[in-house]
Amino acid sequence: MLKVNNISKSFGGRTVIEDISGEFDKGKTNLIIGSSGTGKSVLLKCIVGLITPDEGNVYYDLRNFTDADKEMKAEIRREIGMLFQGGALFDSKNVEQNVMFPLEILAKMSPDEKLDRVNFCLKRVGLENVNKKMPSEISGGMKKRVGIARAIVNNPNYLFCDEPNSGLDPQTSIVIDDLIGEITHEFDITTIVVTHDMNSVMGIGEKIMFLFKGRKLWEGSSADITHSNVTELDDFVFSNKVMQGLRKRT
Amino acid sequence: MKGFGQYILFLGSTVVRMESFKTNYRLVLEECVQIGLKSVALVALVSSFMGAVTTVQTAYNMVSPLIPRYVISQVVREMTILELAPTIIAVIFAGKVGSSMAGGLGTMRITEQIDALEVMGINSASYLVFPKIIASLLMYPMLVVVAGASSLIAGYLVGNITGIITPTDYIYGIRFYFDDYSITFAMIKSFVFAFLISSISSFKGYYTQGGALEVGIATTAAVTTSVIAVLSADYLLAQLLYVR
Repeated sequence: MLKVNNISKSFGGRTVIEDISGEFDKGKTNLIIGSSGTGKSVLLKCIVGLITPDEGNVYYDLRNFTDADKEMKAEIRREIGMLFQGGALFDSKNVEQNVMFPLEILAKMSPDEKLDRVNFCLKRVGLENVNKKMPSEISGGMKKRVGIARAIVNNPNYLFCDEPNSGLDPQTSIVIDDLIGEITHEFDITTIVVTHDMNSVMGIGEKIMFLFKGRKLWEGSSADITHSNVTELDDFVFSNKVMQGLRKRT
Repeated sequence: MKGFGQYILFLGSTVVRMESFKTNYRLVLEECVQIGLKSVALVALVSSFMGAVTTVQTAYNMVSPLIPRYVISQVVREMTILELAPTIIAVIFAGKVGSSMAGGLGTMRITEQIDALEVMGINSASYLVFPKIIASLLMYPMLVVVAGASSLIAGYLVGNITGIITPTDYIYGIRFYFDDYSITFAMIKSFVFAFLISSISSFKGYYTQGGALEVGIATTAAVTTSVIAVLSADYLLAQLLYVR
């Protein structure tokens, strides 16, 4: 389980997130949702330690990550897998080398074991026979899959996904969402997905945190989201024509 | 001053929480190929022209018949070893290698590749920058040796072909009152310049924020700052090391 306590962060006097607390459950796909510029990515970066919060703490299974020393932070980070918005694949390495990279650095395995693990992860995300392709030679959807394979190759306890559907067509988005959901359950990991895609929210959101102007306004499940009685959340959820149609019908 | 303080902290961060010796060894070798081997042809070409031009210009300016012809190659030797090889090649090195370092790191920063390293628990500054600095320290002095040799050989060929100076006079001038401290001095300069160019360029690239435009700005800043630092260090080293 992952817990955040009273997280606040400002940049140049402008508060981006304020006093956010919450828990993200193990074995569930936890979503942080909200419109663009509400601080979702900043909160995620505070959680993974890419940004140090001005106030508050992040706990990884009761281990205080925010106040931990560098060694402890490095140890916790070795339990983290992250899928970045653009995939963040290393341009100079091919698909196989990208996925193998965390193993090269962190794992004590023989070269054959590493290759087996890489092939297993690539197969798990539906990619085969692309091992030697460079990131510039594969599509956006494939980059995301490679990113997921790299994120899970080291058997992480925590998986973070920053806008996994950005730049993808609706069909590929669903495939990526399903993959994230399946991996979460299969490996029983704590997954946090930052998104503003309502298809993702309804498709894989098991626990959802809604942010508005840097503050947490609502928390619940995808079943509750359509009748939350929070105006800002309703505006966000029903900004989509499909969702508007759904509301009219109900 | 804030930028200088950040630069010092950045240098410190490249030598903490380092990866294993094996990983660094492999990365340094890869960087040596990028930084050193791929620059040899350019360095040799530029140096050859420098040597040829220096020979012709020196001969053109030596109008007195009382000055022996071998002085031409003596002047070419001193200029090449003390200034042209280490300093002018440093400017070329900053333009080719420094810009590549800043551009590469800047692109890695804006495409979140550096964040990906950090999330994996890797000290990105150490992983990405330390091998570049070490490879530069290893390869730049070698490039200076290549530059010096290319320049002197080109001077010899041009002097010979155009009839400015005979091969015997040229070789005599090269050897005449040769002080091997010049080589030591050139090597000291090489190490200092290599460190300045690689560290400043990496610093500028590593802290890029924004998009493609900012990567371009960082690359330009890397080259201009490195060149200014090299020329300032050149003066300081001349003042400190050549007063004997």
